[in-house]
Amino acid sequence: MRLKRTKAAAAAVGLGLALSACGGSAGEPETGAEGAEAPEWEVVESPEFEAGTAMAELAEAGEVTIGVKFDQPGLGFKGATDDMPSGFDVELAKMLAGQLGIAAEDITFEETISDNREPYLQQGRVDLVLATYSITDERRQIVGQTGPYLITGQQVLVPADSDVEGIEDLQGEEVCAAAGSTSLENVEAEGAVPAPADNYAACVDDVLNGTVPAMSTDGAILLGYAAEQEGELKVVGDEFSEERIGVGYSKERPEMCEFINDALQASFDDGTWAEAYEYTLGGEGVEVPDPPALDDCQA
Amino acid sequence: MDIVLDNLDLMGRALGYTLLFFVIAAVLSLTLGTVLAAMRVGPVSVLRRAAAAYVTLVRNTPLLVVLLFFRVAGPKVGLNFSFVDLQLGQWRINNIFAALVVGLSIYTAAFVCEALRSGINAVPLGQAEAARAIGLPFGGVMTQVVLPQAIRASVPPMASVQIALLKNTTVCGALGVVELFARMRSFTNNDPTQRVGIFIAFAALFVVLVLIVSFVANRLERRWRIA
Repeated sequence: MRLKRTKAAAAAVGLGLALSACGGSAGEPETGAEGAEAPEWEVVESPEFEAGTAMAELAEAGEVTIGVKFDQPGLGFKGATDDMPSGFDVELAKMLAGQLGIAAEDITFEETISDNREPYLQQGRVDLVLATYSITDERRQIVGQTGPYLITGQQVLVPADSDVEGIEDLQGEEVCAAAGSTSLENVEAEGAVPAPADNYAACVDDVLNGTVPAMSTDGAILLGYAAEQEGELKVVGDEFSEERIGVGYSKERPEMCEFINDALQASFDDGTWAEAYEYTLGGEGVEVPDPPALDDCQA
Repeated sequence: MDIVLDNLDLMGRALGYTLLFFVIAAVLSLTLGTVLAAMRVGPVSVLRRAAAAYVTLVRNTPLLVVLLFFRVAGPKVGLNFSFVDLQLGQWRINNIFAALVVGLSIYTAAFVCEALRSGINAVPLGQAEAARAIGLPFGGVMTQVVLPQAIRASVPPMASVQIALLKNTTVCGALGVVELFARMRSFTNNDPTQRVGIFIAFAALFVVLVLIVSFVANRLERRWRIA
């Protein structure tokens, strides 16, 4: 009986820790730590679009619903107490809305997870998706995708005292990544044992307490976590995959493609893209890359 | 559906993990559950209460919370399974797998205990009294007389408990092992055009697995009908 009581007490304490850990570690790495200013997006007054196009409809309605991730610090992240999500995807979403004449406060941000991005676009629950949405041929069969507005590569995050120098050193070892993500697939393809987790914050916990030797996803996200746990974690190795992150739209609205490309190209050219990168993904030792080349729209 | 057929090796590995989870947790939970049931009907009041407390605590806790306790909270307080490190062919039995198996077994044992207790209650009291009358100690009464009859009576609820366990293994897919559910999610992420086909393939696979368990239970029931 006494043993049982201690066990119960231990269980209670453990659960408390687990819960507090969920709250604590989900925090977002500092964005704009270098004093980078939040980019201000131009809101076009009464933009002109050809009648009957999706852009004209949205501009007329004065509001737009955009699907973003809520759990990827630096790209699309919404903390428990935040009113608005933040991150690079979110900034570009505001830019696109601005080009439609829609102010940031009139955007409805809907959380899209990896599994529901296509259904949401097909059902019209969201007008656009900017949710670390890699462009692939399979996806292009059922939804429209254009871009890329960001090219990222996958790296490895390990404890600071680890000897691992890259994914090559992790053959047959567990590497954590989000369940169902492309990152997890790539880890498996490299010969490591995939360890799926609910989200990346859970992966960071596992790396910190030694349950898994490493985790892997886009280098930009890993840098955020390494900065958050200064001196405990480090990002190592070369990028071993290339993800082309693009904007998703409904296949029934092919005219959106030209509009999105024009808006992205304009932000590449006038430097606001770089500002947004600096503000969300920038930080010490992070250089703003050159904007990627956009795909052509298929007629 | 093509993606499933093209990746049968990955499917096989995922199926292996699901079956390993099921088989190991089934054996452990049946063992632990039987001990608990014996404690609950036994003569020692401390053990009786301890077993009752165990059932109350574990049965009233969601499975995910139990698994998270061993998987996430455990390592934080130094309770880890890093001594487990086996390679069975292409299946790796590691600390994560061990933590999840322990969680599944502990959770399921509470239900096994109650299913078995219902079987024990179905054995007429006279059986236990007669066994005691011929001088058997409590262990003998249980193993020689009561449990053989109780197990026969509790096959149907026990089968339900084990079928639930088989389906509960899918929770592990989000906690660090690529079993069938995690594999399904990676397939649907890779190829959203085939989402419906992928769902049907995996659902059908689980139906087949459950049918096999039901079939075995059915056979046992028929074989043991005449006690």
